[in-house]
Amino acid sequence: MDYIDPHIHMVSRTTDDYATLARMGCVAMSEPAFWAGFDRGSVDGFRDYFHQLTDVEPKRAAQYGIQHFTWLCINAKEAENVSLSRDVIAMIPEFIDRPNVLGIGEIGLNKNTKNEATVFLEHLDLAVKYQQQILIHTPHLEDKYQGTRMILDMLCGDQRIDPTRVLVDHVEEHTISEVLDRGFWAGMTLYPVTKCTPERAADMIEQVGGERLLVNSAGDWGPSKPTAVPDLIFEMRRRGHSESLIRKVVYDNPIAFFAQSQNFSFKPRT
Amino acid sequence: MQNAEEILDGTFLEVRAKLLEVAATLDRIERAQGDSGDFNHQSTQRRKKLDQAVEILLSSGNDRAERLQKLFSREYEDAWRDDFGI
Repeated sequence: MDYIDPHIHMVSRTTDDYATLARMGCVAMSEPAFWAGFDRGSVDGFRDYFHQLTDVEPKRAAQYGIQHFTWLCINAKEAENVSLSRDVIAMIPEFIDRPNVLGIGEIGLNKNTKNEATVFLEHLDLAVKYQQQILIHTPHLEDKYQGTRMILDMLCGDQRIDPTRVLVDHVEEHTISEVLDRGFWAGMTLYPVTKCTPERAADMIEQVGGERLLVNSAGDWGPSKPTAVPDLIFEMRRRGHSESLIRKVVYDNPIAFFAQSQNFSFKPRT
Repeated sequence: MQNAEEILDGTFLEVRAKLLEVAATLDRIERAQGDSGDFNHQSTQRRKKLDQAVEILLSSGNDRAERLQKLFSREYEDAWRDDFGI
């Protein structure tokens, strides 16, 4: 089955991973800007990173027939440095018209601090100013519930934000319903230990249905599995779910969400 | 779609193995605690959380996973924006 991974960090993966993903049916992916495993020291570090996301990775992906899209921001972890964050936010418009840019992301909270919230709100201003879609990172482990509620407060408190153009990622059992009930798209991340397994993701699909729901691997430089989305496909088939429901979650829904961005020039396989 | 019996039979060995891992881990903690004495405050709180988690597993309902997630979560305060002044 053709599928789309809507959240994967290919700058951290090998070319062999591109080949494997292509063989597993991955036809497109979107790569949010994230934390590189260390705090970058200058806006030029981010300028080089955005060049990599908008120029280098699309070419690497294309070698394997995979269409590559991306999102730009300074992530929540580095947002603790408000001064640097403001410099990066001011620089993002240099890249916003690049052909594979879908919007602003992954923005959000990490430890739910005042600085993180301040930078999050300034990213929202940027997204509104340039009419961009938004991809949200929600915090890890014990911080997730509190941080997700805080993020939803900020999004819902801004009348300029259209929930149908916002994807809230890394939802789990205790956050998924509130995200969907408030009209946002929700993404489940199949990530060992700290997030969600294919089995639990399948459980959540059975409980809430497939509307406005996406699934991703968030494959990156940490312990992660870039082929996790096919694992979910396998689990859903094993349970007897219809091909149409599986396809909706791993292919149709990403297309429906991304198509709200003018740069989403996806060409289905014929 | 699978019925309840099929799900139980299909996952029994996997769940059994996970429960054994939990049991063996709690045993390991208790053995080591016997050597090293009392927990510090954080470890005491964490150990209590694990007991509360087991109680949730023993309860009925179809929302155990959600309740476990909330047990392991920080509390949300709706006045946070006032506290931050933003």
